[in-house]
Amino acid sequence: MEILINGAAHQVADDMSLDRAVALISDAASGVAAAVNGELVRRVSWRSTRLAAGDEIEVLTAVQGG
Amino acid sequence: MSDVGGGAGRAGDPADPIPDDPLVLGGQKFGSRLIMGTGGAPSLDVLGRALMASGTEITTVAMRRIDPSSPGSVLDVIAQRGITVLPNTAGCFTAAEAVRTARLAAEALGTNWVKLEVIADEVTLLPDPIELLDAAERLAAEGFTVLPYCNDDPVLARRLEQAGCAAVMPLGAPIGSGLGIRNPHNIELMVQAASVPVILDAGIGTASDAALAMELGCSAVLLATAVTRARDPELMAAAMKSAVIAGRLAYRAGRIPRRFCAVASSPPVSG
Repeated sequence: MEILINGAAHQVADDMSLDRAVALISDAASGVAAAVNGELVRRVSWRSTRLAAGDEIEVLTAVQGG
Repeated sequence: MSDVGGGAGRAGDPADPIPDDPLVLGGQKFGSRLIMGTGGAPSLDVLGRALMASGTEITTVAMRRIDPSSPGSVLDVIAQRGITVLPNTAGCFTAAEAVRTARLAAEALGTNWVKLEVIADEVTLLPDPIELLDAAERLAAEGFTVLPYCNDDPVLARRLEQAGCAAVMPLGAPIGSGLGIRNPHNIELMVQAASVPVILDAGIGTASDAALAMELGCSAVLLATAVTRARDPELMAAAMKSAVIAGRLAYRAGRIPRRFCAVASSPPVSG
């Protein structure tokens, strides 16, 4: 199935979990947050969160600013 | 000459943070009244040295899509120096976006403090007061320590305080403009009316602007560009540190009234 991670299309296995999707672009152990279709998913729930085709995942971290 | 600079002695060495005059923000005490943001630094190395020279205990970061190719992390620079990280909601144009970003920042950084920014447009970068107040109410209700970047509007400041904000952070001038404090009277009005700290945020260009903010009664100054885009950021950070301390001391000491005529400081010649 196809999902979007930070705006880029990825072909992944059906029912992929959020923790594996995040791992495709980040190996950071902390300082990262993820949202699926605009809704925050806490890190403790990443492994149990199953993705569906077309899901839009945002993976954010802190950068210089403000 | 002995009177020059007199009065600072009670506060100890004026080059150090004033030990008996902490900034109390969100229930926490800070020795430094200068909050230096991380935006605009040419490199993480320069940023780290400027942060140290500023003496700041709090610094801001923005939340953005992770870039796997990015070398180094601003979070490492901050953590290595023992500075408290304050996420902002820069780039948000609506209350909904700002609330979502604050929640993501809280999850990523393990803090419920947020510098709340809701910008009206890309040209002015001025705060949208309607969206800002909406976001502030929602985040305060969720238990966030909300530090809103706002217009220099005493009425809006009152509403933000009523919404449960831990401070109000009026601009002196538009973000990055370096124009200083364009309406010092409004800043004074906000200070007089507020029961939460007033933190001058945005518009600082040089050290005298920061000193003026403190002389007007602001509890702290938040700046980034004035340091990070100075020719020598580390040196300007040191200047800002001194300016904030000097301005605070002057505010506490109480300036003399302005007069239109001279008042002799030497005794008249008798005879």
